[in-house]
Amino acid sequence: MTLNPTVSSRSSRRRLIAVPALLAALALTAACSNSSGGSGDGGGGGGQSLSGDCAKYQPYAGHSGTTVTMFASILSPESDNLEKSWAEFSRCTGIRISYEGSNDFESQLPVRVAGGNTPDFAIIPQPGLLAQMVKSGKVVKPPAGTVANQDRWSPVWKTYGSVNGTFYAAPMSANMKSLVWYSPKSFKAAGYEVPKTWADLMALSERIARAGAAKPWCGGIASGTATGWPATDWLEEVVLGTYGGEVYDQWVGHRVKFSDEKITTAMRTVADWMQNPAWVNGGYGDVKSIATTTFQDAGAPLLTGKCLMLQQASFYKAQWPKDTRIGPDGDIFAFHLPAVNPAIPSPVEGGGEFLTAFASRPEVQAVQNYLSSSEWASSRVRTATGWVSANQGVDKSLYTDPIDRLSADALTDPGATFRFDASDMMPAAVGSGQEWKSLTAWFAEGQSIQKTAADIDAAWPQ
Amino acid sequence: MSVPDTPSSAAALAGGAWGDAVIKFGNSFGAVAGFLAILLLVFFVAGRARGRLARPLAIAVFLGPAVLLLLVGLVVPLLRTVYLSLRNDDGTRFVGGENYGWAFTTESVQEVLVNTLLWLVIAPLAATGLGLVLALLVDRMRGQAVYKSLIFMPMAISLVGASIIFKFVYESRGPGQSQIGLLSQLAVALGWDDPPNWMLSQPLNTFLLMAVMVWVQTGFAMVVLSAAIKAIPDEVTEAARLDGAGGVRLFWYVTVPMIRTTVVVVLTTVMITTLKAFDIVRTMTGGNFGTQVLANEMYSQSFVQFNTGRGGALAVILFLAVLPLVAYNIVQLRKERGVR
Repeated sequence: MTLNPTVSSRSSRRRLIAVPALLAALALTAACSNSSGGSGDGGGGGGQSLSGDCAKYQPYAGHSGTTVTMFASILSPESDNLEKSWAEFSRCTGIRISYEGSNDFESQLPVRVAGGNTPDFAIIPQPGLLAQMVKSGKVVKPPAGTVANQDRWSPVWKTYGSVNGTFYAAPMSANMKSLVWYSPKSFKAAGYEVPKTWADLMALSERIARAGAAKPWCGGIASGTATGWPATDWLEEVVLGTYGGEVYDQWVGHRVKFSDEKITTAMRTVADWMQNPAWVNGGYGDVKSIATTTFQDAGAPLLTGKCLMLQQASFYKAQWPKDTRIGPDGDIFAFHLPAVNPAIPSPVEGGGEFLTAFASRPEVQAVQNYLSSSEWASSRVRTATGWVSANQGVDKSLYTDPIDRLSADALTDPGATFRFDASDMMPAAVGSGQEWKSLTAWFAEGQSIQKTAADIDAAWPQ
Repeated sequence: MSVPDTPSSAAALAGGAWGDAVIKFGNSFGAVAGFLAILLLVFFVAGRARGRLARPLAIAVFLGPAVLLLLVGLVVPLLRTVYLSLRNDDGTRFVGGENYGWAFTTESVQEVLVNTLLWLVIAPLAATGLGLVLALLVDRMRGQAVYKSLIFMPMAISLVGASIIFKFVYESRGPGQSQIGLLSQLAVALGWDDPPNWMLSQPLNTFLLMAVMVWVQTGFAMVVLSAAIKAIPDEVTEAARLDGAGGVRLFWYVTVPMIRTTVVVVLTTVMITTLKAFDIVRTMTGGNFGTQVLANEMYSQSFVQFNTGRGGALAVILFLAVLPLVAYNIVQLRKERGVR
């Protein structure tokens, strides 16, 4: 179709205007009819009552034909499991959840919110980013149903979904970071035992290094623009396991500085562990190679026996090749990283993802209520392995995977010292800026502990 | 344990994806159609105008959208950036020149400025020089179209794509492991037992990153310069040859002066691309290991660390650095147009 504004006859001009307008109208009708027709088949009309399989979704009914948008960092195939977990809910209630995943989520979300292209939901993995979003004034407080559902999580989780004492976002998932991945097969062949204390762990590392066939540890901290985060985890594990929750909280709030003797001592412990040239970096090279090895690649030498242990979170399970047998007698399994100070009871460092709403339309609140319920959590656990909830309402027997089970047990253990990832809670200038940068330089350039600590302290917002 | 992944839920998923695509297509189609309708309406109204109003109205109709887009897309953001650069991290308090002071006195940012300067000088010179040499060499070869297409090809790859390719080239393993990176493997083949970890070797790593930019931009330089060389009248080269000029002398005293303006335009174009290039650094090192450049630091300050004040200050510095290049470019183009 050519558009020529200098056409002479008036009638042909009028026709030209009419064509696009008609097309626009057609396109709009097509779009509308499809969105309602495609998903509303299970529910029926307005004040619908759901029966049969769908009866359990009755509390969320009445919004058939609506769509809510969700933006997160979870990519396929992980996100496919997520979509499957709420497929039945969508089919029964007629609320379509339009999911979009981006591996650039952390930087894109603020841009989208500031630019007015706000999604209805964002799954935010860092309390720091949540606070940032709340500050923008666009985050909507959750409905009563979501607040009630929150009671199935241990109280500490509520504080992580809160900003300045106000509860905003319910956790969807939890992951356990305090794990050491190892190869039961290699351990058995060499006669090594899973260590129960930090001293045992260090003695075992020394023994493996002496044996000479392999390095005890693997490690990688490269992760694109987020390079450095695994190193922050190592430091956090050691701080939590050496001094316990109270010092950890003070450190997160900068009442204990990085240059404080407590933290520099912890950094020394990390250096003796992950920067020991005799202990790392199996399969890749020297200590510095940790800085250029991606965290995804870091564990691969465990399978070839070039290294025997890797400290990584429970979600690392997704990195093993499909045919790897994971279990206490398999190719790969994990044990709980012991506390540096045996007096600290079962330190668990963890992370989680928080469902944050930017809209308060009824269908958005229905989805929010559903996704914060233990029914949804159970549905997600049943869909596929690799997902753990700290929701007490989830039946533990649903976890078919030994790693998930191990993590769920630790995360819901009332006696554990659970703390959220520290760098995720520090201000972005530190937690996703200077600390990543400085710890990377600490590994890559052999920068001194004093300078590393001082640089991070200097970046703390005044 | 049964998995409730029934075919019906899978079908619902697929249906959802299709419905999504249809909606998106419908939306964009509707938007384009609506836009055209509005455009037609405006043209129609303007076309109806007669008499004294006709000329000003025509000017407004044709210039208006351009001016409006320029305002919305360039001038307003520029003013806002300057405004933000004078305020604190979340734009709530006026801090004067503090962010600029931070930019010029912080050690890590000084390193960024030095790196940016290095990029600005070396990458465009290398790309243009290489492009010029290739233009001269390839022009004389049979089947030049094939070679030119091959050399021009990287231009079609995004900088992120090119960076990922070179990331594999620079991949490194410690001694005793088998090397999987091309560069390390070459070094080993040439008898260097223990090649360094390329991405960690300062300042070599900055130059290795520039190689990506040169690889991508050389084709562009070659194609434009080759066209300029071909445009030199045959009589001129003929006359120079009769006067006894040949080879290097012909190149320096005839070819280069004749294509001088084109060289300048190519050089400044590549320079501007270089100044803005943050994708290479972002993809390959994330700005670590002393390779950070201004554009990437600006992005990191604004969108990773949420400090719009510092990000704004860096953006203004970047803008001021590009400005003389653009101005010079325009002057040169004007001159060239004057000559012809």
